[in-house]
This record gives sequence, structure tokens and C-alpha cells, in this order.
Amino acid sequence: MTTAPSGPPALQTVNLVKIYQTGGLPVPAVRGVDLRVERGEFVAIMGPSGSGKSTLVHMLGGLDTRTSGEIWIDGRRADTLSESAWAILRRQKIGFVFQFFNLVGNMTVADNVELPALLSGASPKHARERREYLLGELNLTDKADEAPGRLSGGEQQRVALARALANQPQVLLADEPTGNLDSRNTRDVLRLLGQVHRQGQTIVMVTHEARVAGLADRVVTLLDGQIVDDGAVAPARRRKQGPGDVVELHG
Amino acid sequence: MRLQLLALLAKEPAHGYELKQALEQIFGSAYPSPNIGQIYVTLGRLEKDGLVRGVDVEQSNRPNKKVYYCTAAGREALDEWVDAPSEGPRVRDEFFMKLVLAPMTGIADRMALINRQRRHYLGIMRDLVELAEQTDRDNRPAQLLIEGAMLHLQADLDWLERCQEDLL
Repeated sequence: MTTAPSGPPALQTVNLVKIYQTGGLPVPAVRGVDLRVERGEFVAIMGPSGSGKSTLVHMLGGLDTRTSGEIWIDGRRADTLSESAWAILRRQKIGFVFQFFNLVGNMTVADNVELPALLSGASPKHARERREYLLGELNLTDKADEAPGRLSGGEQQRVALARALANQPQVLLADEPTGNLDSRNTRDVLRLLGQVHRQGQTIVMVTHEARVAGLADRVVTLLDGQIVDDGAVAPARRRKQGPGDVVELHG
Repeated sequence: MRLQLLALLAKEPAHGYELKQALEQIFGSAYPSPNIGQIYVTLGRLEKDGLVRGVDVEQSNRPNKKVYYCTAAGREALDEWVDAPSEGPRVRDEFFMKLVLAPMTGIADRMALINRQRRHYLGIMRDLVELAEQTDRDNRPAQLLIEGAMLHLQADLDWLERCQEDLL
């Protein structure tokens, strides 16, 4: 299902390294990662805790600085940009969902979601339509006028996802976007991710949840700061057997 | 399938085809559709063991059909089944044996084995997600069965992760 490359990759890293200095001791978190994500691809990043997954996506989003190596976003070298230039690039090209939602407390849910689209120059009408679509898909239409603080953790998480997608960013970066969600809300989030992916959205997502990773075209596994596996999810076997047998295998 | 059929017959007498339909209706596409021949073979064995009894029922312009009902001994076997704890999940499965034995013989690399298995599990997971979407929300047994399969898979994947960490 990998989209044929058209133009530069949405995202690329070359020998990317992150070393934290804690108490004078160098602690390598990411140790030479080469990753190329084509436009329209959905990549899940998996691996045990401490394997460098979050550090990697934080660097991709400019939330953390690299120690060495290169980061390219849509054909532009990003890691050498000034902080303000990075911020502009980020606003134009990248949507984020992280474990902490960082919603603006004194704005309504609707305004939180519309803000990124407005900042990037969308018309108010367009921003509103996009917001209505996203909140609708995430079952949050009736929360539009609430303050984020009055929402549950799971609801705030979904608002953060809507906000990240408001812009139709070139790349959606997500770090455990279903971490706080119950089974039903996870299903809504998965449905929306699948939908925007089919519409061409590039997604790079850290997750330990197999249900979420199973949606991806490609899974990258990190271990101890390095990529140990990178490839397509095994093709479905259902056509040969019938869905029931899939369940029986583990039933 | 013995005890599933017995349970259905304890609810009400039925013939083979009705049992097939009942299983399909209860579990939906989340469970393999039982083969009618297999059902008749199982009913035959249950009858031989005295757990069910079949009675021929005449049908106009069709061959007789055999309706089965659960006997007292069958009811006892069912009680025993329900009261006994069920086996835990398999952990010493085929993959585990490969993981332990293959590297000893030099025919496979453990990292590669784990990676391949992970992709395979994720492929199954993708099927399950699709299956859950296609399955009627109101069919609770089918949805719960699928969710159970997903949770088992998640545990298998977590365990693969543990195995991989162990290689460090």
C-alpha cells in the first residue's frame, strides 16, 4: 500500500543521533537512525520503553535538538534552522499529538482546533468546516463550546488530535495518541487516522498498541536507539481462510 | 465441539442444521463456521456416549430428520465442563520452540525470528480490526471474542518485545 514516491520524501533523517548528558555522563538515546518516510505513508514506530522512540519523534518535530545527523522535512534541511525558522516550518508542515495535550485553557475546544488552521492562513469558513468535520468524527461535536479543562483526559486527547489535523499538515507526528483512551474512544481515533491516511495524510506514530500499529503500512522497530526492523506489516491471510480462523488461532 | 453442541441442546432439542445455524448466529463471523458433516459426526459420538439421544421425526415429502436432546448424563457432563477451570493461554508454543532451538543449530537468527513474528502478529491484528468493523456492534459474543483475540495478540507482542530486549 506504500505510495509511490512523488517529489522529496515527507521526512528523512540521516545518521541521526541524540546523546543526553545526565550528571556528566553521556547517555545515548538515538544512535544513528536513517529513516525515510514517503508522502502518504503511515509508519508506526514500536519498541520497548527507553528504546528512543519518543526522542526520535520529538527531534523530528523540533521539540528536541539533535546531537548530530540530519533532519529533512519535505526536501528542506530542518536541523540547521534557527529556532524561529523551525517554528515556522513546524506550523506549516507538521501536526503533533503527544501524550500531553497542551490545549489552551481559556479558549473553547472549537477555537483550540481552529487556531492552527487560522494561523496557517486558512479562511475562517474553511477552518470552521474542518473543525466541524474533525470533532464530528471524534464524537466531540457537543463539546465544541466547552473549555478543555472541563473535558476528561480521553476527550482532551481527541481534541489534541483534531487540532493536529486541523491544518491538514504535511506530516502528522503522534506519540502514543491512544495512550489515555478507553476501547471505544480508541476505535474512534483509529477510524479517523485510517480515514485521513486514505485521504493522503502522512503519519509517523509511536505506539505500543498493536491495534494502532496494525493500521500502518510499515512498522519501524527501535531497540536501544537503533532501527532493528523496518518493513511492511505482513500481508493479510484472511482471503485464504475466512476471518473466523484468525480468531481461532488465539481464541 | 462436543460441549458447545451439548450446551445448545441443554437449552432446547434441535437437529444438526439448527445447531449449525445457532453457532453461526451466536458467534458471527468471529468464529469459524462449523462444518455440517463435523456436527453430525460429533452428535453421533455424543449419542454413543449416552450424552444426547436422537429421535427420528417424520417430515412430509422429505426424509426424516433426527432431533437430538440432552440426556441426564449429558447434563452432568455439561455441569462438569462449566465448573472446571479452563486452560490458561499457551505459552510454550511453536514460535517459542523456534526461538530457543533454532539459534542453537545455527539455522536462524533470533532477532530475525522475532521481527518476522512481530510483522505476522500485526498482520493478524489488522485483520481483527477489520473483522471488528464488519461485525455487528450488537453481536456482543462476537465482539468480545474479537476483543479477547486482540488482547492476547497484544500480550504476545509485548512478550516479543521482552524477548528482543533480552538479546541486548
